[in-house]
Amino acid sequence: MPSPDQNTVPEKSVLIIGGGISGITAAVEAAETGCRVYLVEKLPYLGGQVARINEYFPKLCPPYCGLEINFKRIRNNSGIEVLTSSMVEEISGIPGDFKVRVQTAPEYVTPDCTACGDCAVVCPVETDDPFNHGMTRRKAIALPHELAYPVRFHIDDKVCTKDSCKKCVAACKYDAIHLGANAQTREFKVTTVILSTGWKSYDPENLTEFSWGNSADILTNVMMERLGAPNGPTEGKILKPSDQQPARKIAFVQCAGSRDENHLPYCSAVCCSASLKQAIYFTRQDKENKADIYYIDLRVSGRNEDFLNRVEDNDQIRLIKGKVISVDLDENRPVIEAEDILSGRKIRADYDLVVLATGIVPEIPGIPVTLLDQDGFIIKESLENGFSAGGCCCEPKDVAATVQESTGLVLNVLKGNA
Amino acid sequence: MAESKNIGIFICTGCQIGDAIDTAKLRSIAEQTSSVRHCTEHTFLCSAESRQQITEDIRKHQLDSLVIAACSPRHAVANFAFDKVLTERVNLREGVAWTMEHGNEDTQMAAEDYLRMGIARTETSGLPDPYLLENPVSDILVIGGGISGMQAAIEAASAGCQVLLVEKENDLGGWLNHWHDIIPVSGGKQTNLNFFLQEKMDEIKSLTGIKVLCNTTVSSISGEPGRFSIEVNQQGKITDHRAGSIILANGWKPYDVTRLKELKYSDRQNIITQAELETMAQSGSITKPSDGSPPKNILFIQCAGSRDKEHLPYCSNVCCLTSLKQAQYIRNQHPETNVFIVYKDIRTPGKNEHYYREVQADSRIFFTKGEVTEIADNVDDSMAITVSDNLLGEPIRINADLVVAATGMVPNQSDDLNLQYRKGTGLPEWKYGFPDSHFICFPYETQRTGIYAAGAVRTPQGIQACMEDAAGAVLKAIQCIESVKRGQAVHPRSGDESYPILSLQRCTDCKRCTEECPFGSYDETEKGTPLPNPARCRRCGICMGSCPERIINFEDYSIHAISSMIKSIPIPDEFEEKPRILAFICENDAYPAFDLAAQHRLKISPYVRIIPVRCIGSINTIWLSDALSQGYDGILQIGCKPGEDYQCHFITGSELMEIRSENIQETLQTMMLEPERIQTVFLEIDEYLRIPEIIDDYMETIEEIGPNPFKDM
Repeated sequence: MPSPDQNTVPEKSVLIIGGGISGITAAVEAAETGCRVYLVEKLPYLGGQVARINEYFPKLCPPYCGLEINFKRIRNNSGIEVLTSSMVEEISGIPGDFKVRVQTAPEYVTPDCTACGDCAVVCPVETDDPFNHGMTRRKAIALPHELAYPVRFHIDDKVCTKDSCKKCVAACKYDAIHLGANAQTREFKVTTVILSTGWKSYDPENLTEFSWGNSADILTNVMMERLGAPNGPTEGKILKPSDQQPARKIAFVQCAGSRDENHLPYCSAVCCSASLKQAIYFTRQDKENKADIYYIDLRVSGRNEDFLNRVEDNDQIRLIKGKVISVDLDENRPVIEAEDILSGRKIRADYDLVVLATGIVPEIPGIPVTLLDQDGFIIKESLENGFSAGGCCCEPKDVAATVQESTGLVLNVLKGNA
Repeated sequence: MAESKNIGIFICTGCQIGDAIDTAKLRSIAEQTSSVRHCTEHTFLCSAESRQQITEDIRKHQLDSLVIAACSPRHAVANFAFDKVLTERVNLREGVAWTMEHGNEDTQMAAEDYLRMGIARTETSGLPDPYLLENPVSDILVIGGGISGMQAAIEAASAGCQVLLVEKENDLGGWLNHWHDIIPVSGGKQTNLNFFLQEKMDEIKSLTGIKVLCNTTVSSISGEPGRFSIEVNQQGKITDHRAGSIILANGWKPYDVTRLKELKYSDRQNIITQAELETMAQSGSITKPSDGSPPKNILFIQCAGSRDKEHLPYCSNVCCLTSLKQAQYIRNQHPETNVFIVYKDIRTPGKNEHYYREVQADSRIFFTKGEVTEIADNVDDSMAITVSDNLLGEPIRINADLVVAATGMVPNQSDDLNLQYRKGTGLPEWKYGFPDSHFICFPYETQRTGIYAAGAVRTPQGIQACMEDAAGAVLKAIQCIESVKRGQAVHPRSGDESYPILSLQRCTDCKRCTEECPFGSYDETEKGTPLPNPARCRRCGICMGSCPERIINFEDYSIHAISSMIKSIPIPDEFEEKPRILAFICENDAYPAFDLAAQHRLKISPYVRIIPVRCIGSINTIWLSDALSQGYDGILQIGCKPGEDYQCHFITGSELMEIRSENIQETLQTMMLEPERIQTVFLEIDEYLRIPEIIDDYMETIEEIGPNPFKDM
């Protein structure tokens, strides 16, 4: 498909804001139906939250597998233009003839990058790796993660010393590093817009009752995903961050923030299944490993019930109906106080690791086109005039439901201005 | 297959390739090959300048095929795509320079072999000529006129398609005709069911593209995407129609409550199902069936059948919310009535939590976690229900004069499609009657191309979700037609223009291809000769792997091409002590895993020669015997995980390989070769750290059994 010039509107074209699984799905489904797609992502890579997940429930398979095939579909489709490290600044015009202005952060590393890695070898600056939630360090210039798409090294310009160093520039044989690069603005036209900005984790700083920040052994569920991942900080061996010794006994605190009027009044829909999954891959590592899951209701959906049965049959995992009252520290060891509702007993137990099943908070695009509900989610039914939205920016949902919804959104592109 | 070739070879020396190997020697191999018209080296082959150079070279030397000896084919895809030019990638970067010792003799041999293999494959492959239908049809058939089917018809017609909507009952609407109210969904525009249904009916009438046939069933579907032939039966009147793709939205039925023996539903008038309560509420007042009086205490039994290994092992997703809704309207109608909801877990995910909280605020609605362990009949027409395992510790008894069983959703049979396919009339099942798909990543991809399930037949879901589901299925249906029009495959090999070509004069009617195709793309003559339907095909090549006569091939992926690769390389004799292992690697997960291993510069034995395959199910036995008679010491087949949680992109490819391996082992025995000579390994994409070990272990195994006795024969 030839690239249209910026002043003509390609028939059936779409701007997709957000390059997580929702946006990727909409992009490939639209392009394979013959639409022209601009996929804009603020991070330097596509994949969003899914890229950092260790295994999907209920199949316990690696999300990289699904991402790889979607990236293959993008690579093979000239109808998709991917703009990473980019933000939509303005959308003007009318449905069917939108003018979009996108700002792309300085492209210090150009598409000439072959991902050979010579630059990172010589880079003297290290920084916390956001991909691993700061549990590891990376070079100031690095591939954001192994399966990053586009496959291009990225400079963290907050820590790079730029002109006073320039070692990477010298090391690059392909003249792909331009430290003097500036932000670029681009304009193009589309007929429709899809918002798929996804979610972020509820900020655990708010969970003071769970001693957040007082111990490295109190984690969030998204950190746990990295800890379990073969490409994570510990090559998938679940070790206590405090002393790098194997964790033997883990507590999962469900609804850490969710279903709680003081935090998130809604249910985040995925945390139950996520913790069941994490408990499975943790207990699979050693027969001695034990996991306790403290829950209010176990909410797994539809066919995932088999997966819950699998956990119920696993004698290394205990499901305890009860709300955790507090997490404290006893000689630096996390101690949980909870009420076992079924037996009426108070429980006080210590653990190697405590995983807080923090919920989903919507990420909202920075353009004023959307109505938000009381919880901050986009009210997708309120969108019209060429706009639609899907995925976790509208409601917490799992990957399967997100893919389902995002596929259907593409119909709005075919319908034109609907 | 192209007769004579003008091949251009482009070797990249960047990204350490030039440090690892002597590319001049590669050039001399190329120059000795008669089909090679042009061979050159670049230090940065994926640059814009190099692309310009290649473009010029194509023109100047009239090249019809390129061998790009550079990085993995997963990289720089657009840089090396040239219109109407066959391009083969030889992976010298990840496959050699990043995984083998630089400047080593064995590394050099590996690089040279890979180039030979690339040339051999190019010489024996051609550009596919897409399978194009004459006058493909763009109409969509929607089966089922409930909410999913109605919405599918509306969505498709709004997107400009012609739709045939077939409903077996008298009217459209399905269950909505019997329901009283809609579950309030936050943000939902319409909560009054009558208005909602009327709106949908009006929309269907107002859209010109929708033809509705009620009292109609589908009696037969044959053909393929882009040209399905459909026969429908409208109360005995048979008519023929055509469609490009099909949406199955034939819905669900409530679980048969009489199978819940302990309820004694047939004997107890005052036990009803959620569906019956809904109909009762719709028709007016909620009363006790025994005497028509208003109930004082109503008890809901949640998960009546659902989440129960004896009945429906899955959660039906909507029963919790339905009971909340029903409790609420009961309370509106009967302010003095108490409602008890006995549940295992209240499942109101996402924003529905707000609704749960709203219902909880009603002081006459009581939520009791527990199991109903006994129902006793009182002297009047009420019942005493014992609830155990509850939050109070002791079993409790609740008297109720009306009991509502929240029986779950059972999907209707996909056999309603009446597919005239050799592999059955419906969609292959996952479990419990739901159609199979990679339900996390690609929920719509059933095993029957061009046929998409939507609504409760796909997975248990409520009205709002059914409507979204219908939209997704419609998009896939349109996309399939568009792909077929371009002669391209749909997911997962989207855009692929190759398709299997059969030399039927040599077919022995063994039926293996028709049996093993996971997508049912082959029909059969009475004799058993395959009748291919290329538009149903997903291009996995499993049929090619299955064929003992080797008559199934793709233009760019053929028995001959892979055999030529296998035979293109010199095998060192046993005294050189350089074993050769052939590794068939699935390009979906295993190949990227090898790339990731290379990215980490993990070392891989230079004695291995890798051939990427579309699926390990596409490996034909002849390749194995070719390799063994050629003198390779062992063969690894590395593919995706089979089994219940299969990751095989073509569903059964890896599983078939396991089955075929048993036959292969027999062949090995008759050849007097050790069973270890062929080994199958399953590898997930993120398990790249295992790769060096897998290879080293296999090398050790081969060392133990010694060199292939066929070497030098």
